[in-house]
This record gives sequence, structure tokens and C-alpha cells, in this order.
Amino acid sequence: MTTDTAPEIEALRKSYIGKESPPEVMEVERGHIRAFAQAIEDPNPLWNNEAEARKTRFGGMVAPPTFLRAARTQGLEDLPPDFPYKRLLDGGSEWEYFEPVRPGDRITAVNRVVDIYPRAGQLGPMIFIVTETTYTNQFGQVAATQKNTSIRY
Amino acid sequence: MGSYPYWEDVEEGTEVPSLVKHPTTRQLVRYAGVSGDFYEIHYDKDFAQSTGLPGVILHGALKSAFLAQLLTDWIGPQGTLRKLGCQYRGMDQPGAPLTCKGVVTKKYVANGEHLVDCEVWVEDEKGQKFTPGWATVVLPTRAG
Repeated sequence: MTTDTAPEIEALRKSYIGKESPPEVMEVERGHIRAFAQAIEDPNPLWNNEAEARKTRFGGMVAPPTFLRAARTQGLEDLPPDFPYKRLLDGGSEWEYFEPVRPGDRITAVNRVVDIYPRAGQLGPMIFIVTETTYTNQFGQVAATQKNTSIRY
Repeated sequence: MGSYPYWEDVEEGTEVPSLVKHPTTRQLVRYAGVSGDFYEIHYDKDFAQSTGLPGVILHGALKSAFLAQLLTDWIGPQGTLRKLGCQYRGMDQPGAPLTCKGVVTKKYVANGEHLVDCEVWVEDEKGQKFTPGWATVVLPTRAG
């Protein structure tokens, strides 16, 4: 981190930390769950086969653990147009699960910025933006949370 | 479905059965479609190279999905994946196999639940662990 970038980072932290995205609603469809499972090549009957899944304690198909990535919240699309770090990489993800996600569920995803910090990397100066997404189902239960680190460089 | 571990069956150092995945560009296109992540670095080689990458690279979240499969294959429908985290410290290109591995680091009881912590990771053909991770699962007990 150079002294040149510090004020710019401080300004970013001030404007974005704590900021929440508008809620994004996703209706969970059985076909989408199955297509997702096929794309990740995960043949688990819980996310592929209703008849088999009914024999389990879940009583039917559920979504695979990372399925909620498909509920795409708006991130920081409103970053200033002159924001110098145009390129984007995913730095990592941390899930916590509370309730199964089932076909027919209506999931509301809200994304909140929790941290912004600079770091020098192999690809030059980088900015790490940490967000936490909360996925709430139609019963008001938090089904999962995901903390994600995106890297701008 | 096969046989799955009970909490009593595992201890610190127990290995999670490995999972080998064979990501292809075709898979990245499918994953883009179902996840809605259409960032071009994952399927457009010219675009990826214009950003300084060697070619198209896997979505980080696809590697998370692989690690989730490692764990759900292991615990079966009686187990519950409670937490899963990982970091993407390197970039993986399609066309080469990736092996997901894990090992139990801790077993304990909290709030009446029988929990197991694991270290998990994805290894490339050279044995490089670009995607280190950690997980917590709940396992059934023989006592019921």
C-alpha cells in the first residue's frame, strides 16, 4: 500500500462500508436446481432426483450448497466510473447454512459491504472488498449467509 | 446410496475420501449459465488474455461447489453441511483434473449437535493447493 492510494481507499471505506444492496428475489425452481447440479457435475440424488430425495429425511429435492450463488445481488455497480481498478477476481467465499433451500422457495438476497482494504499482489496493487450476503426464505428464516471477498485490480 | 460415517466413526486425522473433478471450458459455460456469472474471463479466451490471464480460468465458486460435493458425498443425506469456506489463491484453467481432499481436524459436541471440523482443499496435477478451505459438518450418532 502506497501513501498515494490511502486517501482514495479511505474515501471508499467511508462511502461503501455498511452499504446494503437492494433486495434481490429468486424463486427457486426445480429445473434450475437440477441444471445447476448438472453444471457442477454433482450427481447427488438430493439435487437431481425427486423420487430418491423423497426417501431421505429432507422429504424431497433440495438445492446443493452453493446454489444460492445464482441469486445475484447487485454488488458495487455504482462504483465511481473513474474507479481505477477495473479488473475483478474472486478471492474466496465463506458459507454458513441454517435451513435447506427447496423448490418453490422464494429467497431474498441482500448484500452488505463489511470491509474494504488494499493489498499488494502479484498482479499489482489490489483492493479487497468483503461483502456478506444474507439469504432469507419466504418464512422469514435466514437459509444461509455468504461472506465473499472480491478483488479489484 | 452407499454407507456414510457416524460421528463415532471419525476422529482427528480421518481422511475424507478424495473427489476428482475434470473441469472443461464446456463446464465453465454451463456454470456461467446456471449461476448467472457471465464474466468473460471464464469462457472467452481472447478477453481473458486481454486482461493478462493465461487463458480462461475456473469460476472460484465452481471450486467451492467441488469442495461442497466432496463433503456432501462423504456425509450423505443424514449429515448436514453447516459451514464451508475457502480462499482462491491461484487460478485454475480447464482441461486438467483437480482433486478435492479433506481431513478431520476436530470433533466435538455443541448445543446438543455432534460436530466435525475439517480442513479441505483442491489440488492440481502438480499438487499445488490453490484453494485451501475449512468446513463444519453435523454427523448422526449411532445412539440416534
